[in-house]
Amino acid sequence: MSKNEKLADMSGLYAAAIRQSVTKLDPRTLWRNPVMFVTAIVAAMTTVLGLRDLLTGTPGAGVALHIAFWLWLCVLFANFAEGLAEGRGRARADTLRATKSETKVRVLADADAEPVTATEVISTTLRAGQFVYLAAGDIIPTDGEAVRGIASVNESAITGESAPVIREAGGDRSSVTGGTTIASDWIVMKVMAEPGKSFLDRMIALVEGAERQKTPNEIALNILLVGLTLIFLFVVVTLPAFASYSGTVIPVVTLAALFVTLIPTTIGGLLSAIGIAGMDRLVKANVIAKSGRAVEAAGDVDTLLLDKTGTITFGNRMADALIPAPGVDARRLVEAAALASLADETPEGKSIVEKAREMLGAIPAMPQGAEFVPFTAQTRLSGLDLTDGRRFRKGAIDAVIRLTGQTPPGALSAQVDAIARSGGTPLLVAEGTQILGVVHLKDIVKPGVRERFAELRAMGIRTVMITGDNPLTAAAIAAEAGVDDFLAEATPEMKLDLIRREQAGGRLVAMCGDGSNDAPALAQADVGVAMNAGTPAAKEAANLIDLDSDPTKLIEVVMVGKQLLISRGALTTFSIANDVAKYFAVLPAIFVAAYPGLAVLNIMGLASPTSAILSAVIFNALILIALVPLALRGVAYRPATAAQLLRRNLLVYGLGGLIVPFVGIKAIDLCLVALNLA
Amino acid sequence: MTFLAYTLYFGALIGAALCLAVWMARVYGGMPALAGVERAFLRSGGINPEREMTWGSYAMAVLAFNLVCFVVLFAILRAQGALPLNPDGIGGMSPDLALNTAVSFVTNTNWQAYSGEAQLSYLSQMVGLTVQNFVSAGTGMAVAVAVIRGFTAAKGATLGNFWLDLTRSVLWILLPLSVVLALFLAWQGVPQTLQGAVTATGVEGGEQVIARGPAAAQIAIKQLGTNGGGFFGVNSAHPFENPTIASNLAQSLSILLIPVAFCFLFGQMAGDRRQGWAIFAAMGIMFVAGLAVIHVYEVAGNPALGMGANMEGKEQRFGAMLSALWAASTTAASNGSVNAMHDSFMPLSGLVMLVFMQIGEVIFGGVGAGLYGMLLYVVLAVFLAGLMVGRTPEYLGRKIEGREVTLAVLAFLSMPLGILVGGAVAATVPQALTAVQDAGPHGLSEILYAYSSATGNNGSAFGGWGAAGTWHTTALGLIMLLGRYAMIVPLLAIAGSMIRKTKAPVTSGTFPTHGPLFVTLLILTVLILGALTFFPVLALGPIAEETARLAGQSF
Repeated sequence: MSKNEKLADMSGLYAAAIRQSVTKLDPRTLWRNPVMFVTAIVAAMTTVLGLRDLLTGTPGAGVALHIAFWLWLCVLFANFAEGLAEGRGRARADTLRATKSETKVRVLADADAEPVTATEVISTTLRAGQFVYLAAGDIIPTDGEAVRGIASVNESAITGESAPVIREAGGDRSSVTGGTTIASDWIVMKVMAEPGKSFLDRMIALVEGAERQKTPNEIALNILLVGLTLIFLFVVVTLPAFASYSGTVIPVVTLAALFVTLIPTTIGGLLSAIGIAGMDRLVKANVIAKSGRAVEAAGDVDTLLLDKTGTITFGNRMADALIPAPGVDARRLVEAAALASLADETPEGKSIVEKAREMLGAIPAMPQGAEFVPFTAQTRLSGLDLTDGRRFRKGAIDAVIRLTGQTPPGALSAQVDAIARSGGTPLLVAEGTQILGVVHLKDIVKPGVRERFAELRAMGIRTVMITGDNPLTAAAIAAEAGVDDFLAEATPEMKLDLIRREQAGGRLVAMCGDGSNDAPALAQADVGVAMNAGTPAAKEAANLIDLDSDPTKLIEVVMVGKQLLISRGALTTFSIANDVAKYFAVLPAIFVAAYPGLAVLNIMGLASPTSAILSAVIFNALILIALVPLALRGVAYRPATAAQLLRRNLLVYGLGGLIVPFVGIKAIDLCLVALNLA
Repeated sequence: MTFLAYTLYFGALIGAALCLAVWMARVYGGMPALAGVERAFLRSGGINPEREMTWGSYAMAVLAFNLVCFVVLFAILRAQGALPLNPDGIGGMSPDLALNTAVSFVTNTNWQAYSGEAQLSYLSQMVGLTVQNFVSAGTGMAVAVAVIRGFTAAKGATLGNFWLDLTRSVLWILLPLSVVLALFLAWQGVPQTLQGAVTATGVEGGEQVIARGPAAAQIAIKQLGTNGGGFFGVNSAHPFENPTIASNLAQSLSILLIPVAFCFLFGQMAGDRRQGWAIFAAMGIMFVAGLAVIHVYEVAGNPALGMGANMEGKEQRFGAMLSALWAASTTAASNGSVNAMHDSFMPLSGLVMLVFMQIGEVIFGGVGAGLYGMLLYVVLAVFLAGLMVGRTPEYLGRKIEGREVTLAVLAFLSMPLGILVGGAVAATVPQALTAVQDAGPHGLSEILYAYSSATGNNGSAFGGWGAAGTWHTTALGLIMLLGRYAMIVPLLAIAGSMIRKTKAPVTSGTFPTHGPLFVTLLILTVLILGALTFFPVLALGPIAEETARLAGQSF
């Protein structure tokens, strides 16, 4: 996207959000946000009072209308924030919707029926349980499961990944998603989703925020905000009685201003924007949450179950070290191993060549006329025959012994045993009948994984590696990757048991999976992430779906959950801490008439009672709009212990919340005086 | 010297409270040696002490028991003229005053709209008030223990047995301590007799009636149980209630002893003493800060009245410092007994006392009540700031969710409701305004003090304010009920909801609820959510009075 297009896009987003901030004033939508609803009522009341004074020529109408203006702005800013958050999701929804075209599809009477017997129907009328024949070029009309055939499918419409993936009947790669395209071959799919309920539909609804329901923590926070609003209502409603006892009268407009500045408008106005933006961050990471609850739970996770393959290791055994036999030059071994693997296209072979390049700086060129000896299940060897008669081989221990008719010398034999014990795979390299040494193949742990787990540990999250390997291999990899625990020779039942055990200890568990046999565990886990490439059963059981089918995403999901909760807490703390300064601005202003001595409370030295009240109201509105970017972006989050996070955030948002309004209100007061507005 | 004296005082207090907490933990945990007596005692009342109660039945038991107490006490007060043990021939109490007094003693407020020696028979004092001093304190302690169980015990559905907790509180904690203190006070010169008042002829030849009675026993429990209702009208300023420096110190210590011990008991029951110390530290820091203000202002005195300490309304025997310590303790601990007239304290000393009560009596507070009140702030503090570590807020491994927040907010609302709404009405209705003695902001402080004292179940009075009028006896009676039960019931409900949750293990990702950071957070929560609510009225009362005083104006 060019820079200009991007700008146009942004301005479109802002225009839509500005429109939204007005349409969201509709009381039927506004009441869902109690704090803003109350603010709007007070704003309306102040407006009426201001207009009345204007018509009757009572002095003070200007100030009342000025206050009313800023109270309205406060509500509009809150609506704008929500509109902006929703708008970002909507832009993505529009792209998705574009893939949801109405096409004609071929419906079969049953799974085994011949394609020629198909009847054509409109794709949007498909119901769950029907069978559809799809061939190359067809757009998959809705979610389903391949029941016959095999096809490569382009899923870039939803994942952004252009390389086609294989979808076939049976096994764990049978799930197909509506909106994706058959790239080659054909399948028969069974429709799994009712019209309008497909994955794509859900995703659109989700990113648009249309089906957004308040999450448990959000509800609890809302209750607290309503409670605080009620308390301040008591404060403000009883104030005229105390004031009149003290021989002074407080204008209703002033009380209204005091009330709105005290109630937690900042967090009240930004709460839903924070929630929507959190979901949006997840969508950007190509993860779809079926409910907001799952995102919150992700922040609470205590135990992460991680599949070894793909998450912790690359999943292929790779050459880690080349150990020469006694009396053999190391360089000779490396060259021989490289020559034996030059034509080998397996990941293991490539990794040996790569290792040789690393050790020698360059690899030997393919000799002219050399003949490749491929690996077979019978020989369990591969290698290269050169025209000068030299033969290079690498292979399993027993195969090489059989080939050369020799046993490895004692020292080398010990190395071979050590490699096997550590969970690695030893390969012997031979030239002719001479054994040159051994290649240590092992599951290579992804770079950075160890550090990542250390971070998780600092955050109090335990990592458990799940693998089908034997306990020996598993222990070696677990130690190298730095996971806290591992589950070897894991079966789905063992996974489920492990989750139940962790949960009984009060821990929240997150896991990812793709196969149908993962479904019970995914359902049992508090946060279950299913790979989009997985089976429909797995996707149904999970509460999050990763469109990229990348198991490392689990960690990212946890981070997004934490960031969402931190943003909410930080802005709440900030909002409540703001009240101290507001009291010091407004109280002297309204009481100084009764007791001139109370001017000592005017520690900010605000110019006049009117400017003090106006400054507080203006600050209240401006801080809301100023915090919108923070609400949408989320509070910066670096993994750390809870104590460190608390110290930092309390300092920034707690102490900051105490100090910022003092500075802000004073600055606004100076501006008002300079502009002659108060 | 002053510093050393205070240090010794607090050292003794903390030491005694730590020992007491160990004893209390054993008592509430159930001691085999005491079980026989407990069982026999409860079985004689037809109660099965083994029956575990859910929060609902626990709350019902509390309410039912307190209702019976109220009815019995009300009846005694109304009928005392016809009942025995009435050597001075005192008549029955008026209905509104009896209602106020009965509510006041059942709710552990012990607000005195009456004057003991003039309006109560010995039977009313002994069977009526002293019994309530024990059981109302016992009620608070039982509720606190149930609430602590809810937060700390293993996952379950029940909070214990109210009757058993009450019996244990009274028999093994309040009674032994009271006996020791009563004997000490009697030794110091506090009367303990059933004979009536004596008539004496003074040196000037004038006749005077000197009231006396079974005072020592009642005073001991009035201090230990944070009751505060004196045997005599002027409470612990009376030479018979508080004759010596030694009796004064012993009583000052007794006021705070059990409330402080509850902090440590909490830590013990939580299996993590640091949790108890954190709560103690938050309370202690606020207490010392408030005490420092009162001390400084009282010792410095009012220059408008000449040099020297502010001695108006204080006993010469005790002086400014001991009066300051008492004033801080009695308002912080929801005790309400006084050894000096708070009305005569300096304006900002009065401000501190008001704040101590308005935040809900959570700086040590009433026996048991202070701790469960503070747990309310803990729930709110953890909920507000707990999110900032990136997890759903949790306290001691249990999540704080919508239900807990709703209940906490409900309980929390009782304070502004009682103080602000009650006070605003009292400042407006002409009938109520007749009670005010002084003009200007000081008069407002008097109203605020009365309503803060009633809502916080403190019971101390500013003095100078006519509490006996029908309006206030009734209004304050209702507000005392609000302040007591609108806290107890939601807190038991919170405890009942917490105990059903699985405890999450503590990890480095757990929000730390001990250590200086949490203490700071808790103090700020109390100040911002609790005290700040009352900032506007405090500005019109004591703060306005202070600024006027500085400008040379007095009221």
